[in-house]
Amino acid sequence: MRVVLAEDQFLLRDGLSRLLQAHEFEVVAAVDNAGDLLKALTSQQPDVAVVDIRLPPTFTDEGLQAALQARRDVQGQPVLLLSQYVEQLYARELLADGAGGVGYLLKDRVFNSDQFIDALRQVARGGTVMDPEVISKLLARSSENEPMTRLTPREREVLGLMAEGRSNAAVAGSLFITEKAVAKHINSIFAKLDLPPSGDDHRRVLAVLAYLNG
Amino acid sequence: MISWLRLMGQAFTLTGLAVATAVVLHVIAFSVIFIPVWIGIPMFVASVLWLRALANEHRRVAGRLLREEIPAPYAPLPDRPTARLTTVLGDPATWRDFGWVLANSFAGVALLAVPVGAFLAGVWYLLYPLLFALAPAGSISGHLFFETNTQLASFVTLPIGVACMALSRWLAPRVLGTYGRLTRNLLAPSERSQLQARVQQLTVSRADSNDLQATELRRIERDLHDGAQARLVAMGMTLGAADKLVEQNPAAARALLNEARDASARALNEIRDLVRGIHPPVLADRGLGDAVRALVLDTRFRAEVSVELSHRLPAPVESAAYFAVSEAVANAAKHSGAQRIWIDISHAGGRLRIVVTDDGTGGADLSAGSGLRGIERRLGAFDGVLALNSPPGGPTMVTMEIPCALSSQKISSS
Repeated sequence: MRVVLAEDQFLLRDGLSRLLQAHEFEVVAAVDNAGDLLKALTSQQPDVAVVDIRLPPTFTDEGLQAALQARRDVQGQPVLLLSQYVEQLYARELLADGAGGVGYLLKDRVFNSDQFIDALRQVARGGTVMDPEVISKLLARSSENEPMTRLTPREREVLGLMAEGRSNAAVAGSLFITEKAVAKHINSIFAKLDLPPSGDDHRRVLAVLAYLNG
Repeated sequence: MISWLRLMGQAFTLTGLAVATAVVLHVIAFSVIFIPVWIGIPMFVASVLWLRALANEHRRVAGRLLREEIPAPYAPLPDRPTARLTTVLGDPATWRDFGWVLANSFAGVALLAVPVGAFLAGVWYLLYPLLFALAPAGSISGHLFFETNTQLASFVTLPIGVACMALSRWLAPRVLGTYGRLTRNLLAPSERSQLQARVQQLTVSRADSNDLQATELRRIERDLHDGAQARLVAMGMTLGAADKLVEQNPAAARALLNEARDASARALNEIRDLVRGIHPPVLADRGLGDAVRALVLDTRFRAEVSVELSHRLPAPVESAAYFAVSEAVANAAKHSGAQRIWIDISHAGGRLRIVVTDDGTGGADLSAGSGLRGIERRLGAFDGVLALNSPPGGPTMVTMEIPCALSSQKISSS
């Protein structure tokens, strides 16, 4: 899998490069600013991009702006954003095009390399991966909002884990239920959120979107 | 017509007030005689305060006439009755008031007498034929420039009455305008007392913002000391222990390493929360509008945020405004029981204006809550003001204004 990496701190860029190579990703470009990132994304068309939100020259949200720009230029370009902070506002902007293939994680999730690599693969496949921090804030809110009130607490738990980008197997593992039960919950969620039948991956993205916008 | 009658009403009121101020001046003079016997002291203070009330009434009336606000120049009074005498005597505004009473009693009354006299004469001449008809014959034939012995002749006074009224109507706005300017010149704070008041206000707001800053620094120091710093120390010790164990007991060493990793994640979390409290990342990235949008996303409110800002605000104002809004929203969440909240942010006429409205139960009180007071102090450092409108039963509306220019930096939007 081909990856473009944008991170301005040398140590982290280097570390991420090595981590990705160790898991058989090919790092086709590792850049340290937003301008180079956009160039690399258009010329290399990678399977996925790993982007730090804060990049030179102004160290504000260039990474996010570049990622949004890239997704306008190349429809559905998968991007995983890393940041020292997660903000719901940014999560919504990332998800707004409804195309999936986005991830938004705290930088320290990199510490747990297996989960991080899983998340990256999920994003590359067109899935949606949101940081548990975003999810936990939403859990506090979404319980009051239609149509989330239609879901049972268990279904909401399953949806939260889906939003974090976990596969059915991983959801089953963390809730101590069978994969079959997970599939049943997911179907019930799709029905309750009035999601039309379509590709399963796409419906997952829509369900997560409904959840995040709740 | 109506405005003329209103002006005449004011002229009559002012004439009445002029009499009252003259009386008060006499009371003051009288009380001075009694100052050697202690009773004169409270009498003097009380009558000076009475005079101030009258002067304030004149400021209000003259302000209405001139369509401008005339602020009162008095120094704040101490609570202790004995200290009041020296404050009153030491306040130059007291002595200016005395000068004003003298000027008002002579020049002011003389000015007012012209339209008032013309008006009264007009009333008399217009009513004369009626009075002539009603009164017993011969009882009111005098008080005129000529004799009117018959009812028919009495109607001669009507054109004179109309002329007097016309004169008073022509005079009223001019004379009252002059009177207003005279009053303003005598009663408005002098440049010196304006500067004194400004210095007083700046001293208070500077002390407040120093306090605020010191408190913030103490909080940050304590949070770092108890939080991230302590975790980093523990992490170092855990890593040291893992280092010793790695040869003999790799499994235990691995457990310790996991523990160290968790500790580092927790330390990062705490630093993150701390930074959010000092300067929220979205505020730094995007400015006030998006920072407030991000803020309400983290609350349980259904919120509508409308922002009309073409450029970024100066960084200190941006930060103060953000924390003010954050405090107002937190207050609404804590006390009002509101479900919805509306936040309007705009900049016009060199002022940033923020209105936070909620649909809660209302009844918020500036003097009761420390939260709103805190906002007021925060804004005070920028000469900003806060107004609260919160009738029982709601809604509550907090309006904040800060004078400031927009910076040249455009707002980046997504």
